[in-house]
Amino acid sequence: MRKLQKHEFDAVIVGSGGAGLYAALEASRESGKRRTAVISKLLPIRSHTGTAQGGIGAALGNIEQDKPQWHAFDTVKGGDYLVDQQAAAILADNAVQAVYDLENRGLPFNRTPEGKIDQRRFGGHTRNFGEAPVRRACYAADRTGHMILQTLYQQCIKNNVSFFDEFHLLDVLIEDHKCMGIVTLELATGTIHVFHSKAVLIATGGFGRMYRTTSNAYANTGDGPAVLARRGVPLEDMEFFQFHPTGIRGMGILITEGVRGEGGILRNGKGERFMEQYAPTLLDLAPRDMISRAIATEVRSGRGIMGDPAGDDYVYLDATVLGAEVLQKKLPDISDFCKTYLNIDPAEKPIPVQPTAHYAMGGIPTDMDGRVIADSEGNIYEGLYAAGECACVSVHGANRLGTNSLVDLIVFGRRAGQHISGFVDEADIDRLPGDAGQNAQKILEETGAQKGDEQVEKINKTMTSIMMDSVGIYRNGEELDKALDQLRSLRQSTENVHLSDTSQAYNTELLEFLELQNLLDLAIVTTASACYRRETRGAHAREDFPDRNDEEFLKHTLAWLDDGSVRIDNRPVDLSIWKPKARKY
Amino acid sequence: MNITLKIKRYQPEKDAESRFQDFKVAVEPTDRLLDALMFVKRNLDGTLCFRKSCAHGVCGSDAMTINGVERLACKTLIQDVADKEDAVVTIEPLKSLPVQRDLMVDYTHFFETYRIVKPFLIPVKTSDKDHPQASLEAATPQIQGEIIQTPEERKKFDDPTKCILCASCYAACPVVAETDPEFIGPAAVVQAARFVFDSRDEGLEPRLEVLDDPHGVWPCENHFNCTRVCPRGIKVTKNINLVKRTIKKFKERSD
Repeated sequence: MRKLQKHEFDAVIVGSGGAGLYAALEASRESGKRRTAVISKLLPIRSHTGTAQGGIGAALGNIEQDKPQWHAFDTVKGGDYLVDQQAAAILADNAVQAVYDLENRGLPFNRTPEGKIDQRRFGGHTRNFGEAPVRRACYAADRTGHMILQTLYQQCIKNNVSFFDEFHLLDVLIEDHKCMGIVTLELATGTIHVFHSKAVLIATGGFGRMYRTTSNAYANTGDGPAVLARRGVPLEDMEFFQFHPTGIRGMGILITEGVRGEGGILRNGKGERFMEQYAPTLLDLAPRDMISRAIATEVRSGRGIMGDPAGDDYVYLDATVLGAEVLQKKLPDISDFCKTYLNIDPAEKPIPVQPTAHYAMGGIPTDMDGRVIADSEGNIYEGLYAAGECACVSVHGANRLGTNSLVDLIVFGRRAGQHISGFVDEADIDRLPGDAGQNAQKILEETGAQKGDEQVEKINKTMTSIMMDSVGIYRNGEELDKALDQLRSLRQSTENVHLSDTSQAYNTELLEFLELQNLLDLAIVTTASACYRRETRGAHAREDFPDRNDEEFLKHTLAWLDDGSVRIDNRPVDLSIWKPKARKY
Repeated sequence: MNITLKIKRYQPEKDAESRFQDFKVAVEPTDRLLDALMFVKRNLDGTLCFRKSCAHGVCGSDAMTINGVERLACKTLIQDVADKEDAVVTIEPLKSLPVQRDLMVDYTHFFETYRIVKPFLIPVKTSDKDHPQASLEAATPQIQGEIIQTPEERKKFDDPTKCILCASCYAACPVVAETDPEFIGPAAVVQAARFVFDSRDEGLEPRLEVLDDPHGVWPCENHFNCTRVCPRGIKVTKNINLVKRTIKKFKERSD
C-alpha cells in the first residue's frame, strides 16, 4: 500500500501550460480569496506551450487594416466549417484584449518602428474574407510560446499561486455529473495525493506522442482526456489530428510557419514551387492540412528531393530568400535548430522538411466557459472544466489555423478561470467519496504485480507506427479497421508488461507506463472516430471518401470509451454566422 | 558507431553512495545524446532516471554534466562528445544541486533564487514598503492597448529573455560551488536583468534588497563559465556586469 495524503482547495488546475496558468491567474485574483492549486507533472516552465514559435493571432491592425470578424471567418473556413461559429467569434474578439493584457503584464513582443506590437503573416489568415494574406500574428521573435509561458508563470508567482510540481494525474473524482477533485501520484515519493475541491480544470495539453514523427514533447501523452474517457466522459472530434507541414526531416522538430510568413518557399525535388498547383492565392501560406497533403502527394508522385515515392522522402523549405538579417532578427531559434540538428545555415541552404504530427483539434468537449459537456444534448458536469489543446470548444473544427492554439489557450484558459472564480464563490464543497484514491491505489498495486513478458518499448513502437502509417495524413477504411483491432490488442497487452523498477521514489518507468496506457486509449478513440467519419474534411482525408459530405457529416463526433470499444454519437455544429462553402485558397 | 555511456547512478532507497555504470550503445553520430539515454532507459535498464520533455533545447529539462561540461542532452549530438568508435561519454548530474536519483537533481533552491528577484513586470514605482505584495498587485495598470516600446528599447533586454531556467549556469558557477554557496547565482541575475533593462519596468528599487545584498550580484568574479555553458547563448556574465553597473549608478544618484 502506498501512503495517501489529502488536500482541500477551492480550485485545482491540472497542467501548467498556457491555459492552466491563465486560468490559475484568474482564479487567484483578489489575493487569498480562493485557494488555488496548480498540479503539473513537470517542473515549472517546462510545459509544451514554451515551444510554440511563430506568433499569436489577434486583429490589432497595427500594420494594415484588420478586423476580428475576418479572423473569425478565417478560423471557420480553416476548420472546414466544423467550427462552432459563435465560439470562433469570441476567440477572435477576445484575442485582441488578451494580447494587450499579456503585453501589459510584460510579454516582450517584437515592435514596429512606432513602438507598437509587430505583426506578421501566417497560414490561412486573410484580409476581407480570403482576398490576400494579412499581418495578424503578434510575435516575440520565434519564441512566442516561451514568452507567454514565462509571462504567465511570472504573474502566478506574483499572485502567490500554490504549485505542486511533478504530480501525475491518476484519476478524476466524478459522481452524478459532479466533479469533486482529483487523485495524483507524487513522483518524488510515490505517495498518492487526493485533492478535494469545488472545481477542477483539466489543461494537460496534447497527445502527439501517439505518432512516430511528432513535434510534441515526451510529456504530451493526453493524461487528462484519457483519464476522463475512462471515467465515462465523451471526447469530441478526435479524428482530426493536425500534421504540421514543416518538421525537420526525420526528427519532427518544428520549423515555424513564420518562416513562410516572412517569405519562405516550399520546393520539391525539381525545384518547383509546388504550392502554386494546390493553392494559387495563398500559396505557401495555405492552411496546414492542405500543405501537408500537398507534400505527401508530391512525395508519392516521385517529386520529393530523393525522387523515391516508396521511401522516407522529403521536400525543401527555402528560407535563403529571407536573408541573414531577417533570420537573425525574427527567426533566431530556427536558425539555431538548423545549425544544431542539421549543421546548415538556413540563410545559405534550404531546410529538409517533412510533415510532423503536431496538434489535436479534438478533445474534451466544453462550452465557451470551459465547462465540460457530458452528452449530445449539451448537459454539463458541475465543477469540471477543460481548456487548451486537451479541450474542444470547438474553435479549430477539422483543421486549426497557425497561431490559433495560443489564442485558444489565452482566451479560453482565461474564460474558464473567470467562470471558476464565480462558481467556487457560490458553491459549497461537496463530500469527498469515501473510496477516493482507492481506485488509483488498486491500479498501481496491480501494475506493480504484473508479471508478463511484454515490453513498454515494443508496444510504444508498434502504436506509434500504426498511428503514423494508418491514421496519418491519408486514411482509408480498410487500414483504419485493421489499425483499430491492433490498437485494442496492444492495449490489452499492457496488462502483461513487467516493470523492472519497484521503487516508490522517482519511478519514471512506472510514469512512462501510465503515459503509454493513456496514449493507447486516446489512439483507440482517435482511430474509431476516424473509422466513423466516412468523408474528407480538413485534416481527416479519407482516400475511400475523398469529398466533404455536409449532408451526412456536418456534425461533431462524440466518442465514449467503453472497456476497449468505442460508442459514437453526435453534436450539432453552430452555423449561425456563415453558410458552409467549398474551401478554396 | 558504438560508444559507451558511463553514467553516474544513485538510488537513495538502495545506494549508500553514487557509482558509475557503463552502457554500450549503437548510435549515429547525428543522434542526440538524449536519444541514446532514452535507448538505455527503454531497452537496457528501466530504472535509469533523468528528466526530459521537449527534446529540442527549449524546455530546459535535461541539463546534465556531459564529459564534465553542463549541457542539455537533447541539444548535444553524439558527434559533439564522441569522436571515434568505442568512445566513452561520461554523464553525471548537475553540480551544486542536490541529487535526487541518478541524473535528477533537486531544483527547489534554484527556483527559490529565481522567485526572490521578483521576476515579473513592475510597471509603476511601488512606494508602499509595508505592504509590498498589495502595492505590487495594484501596480498592474488597466489600459486599452499596448505600452509603447521602441525596437531599440526592446532590444536592450532581448538577451536575458532567452533564459529557460535549466540551471546549467548555476551548476557551472565556481562561486556557487566554492566561494559563496549562498550567491543567488547567474540565472537569478539574468532573470532580474530581463526586467531591470525593460523600459516598461520601474522595479529596480524593490529588487535591490536581493540584488544589492552581499549574496546578490556582487559575489560574481567574472569566471565566464556561465556564458560558456549557456545552451541558449546568453551573454550571462555581461548581463551580470550590466546589472552591477546599473545598481552602482542608481546608488550614486540616490546619494
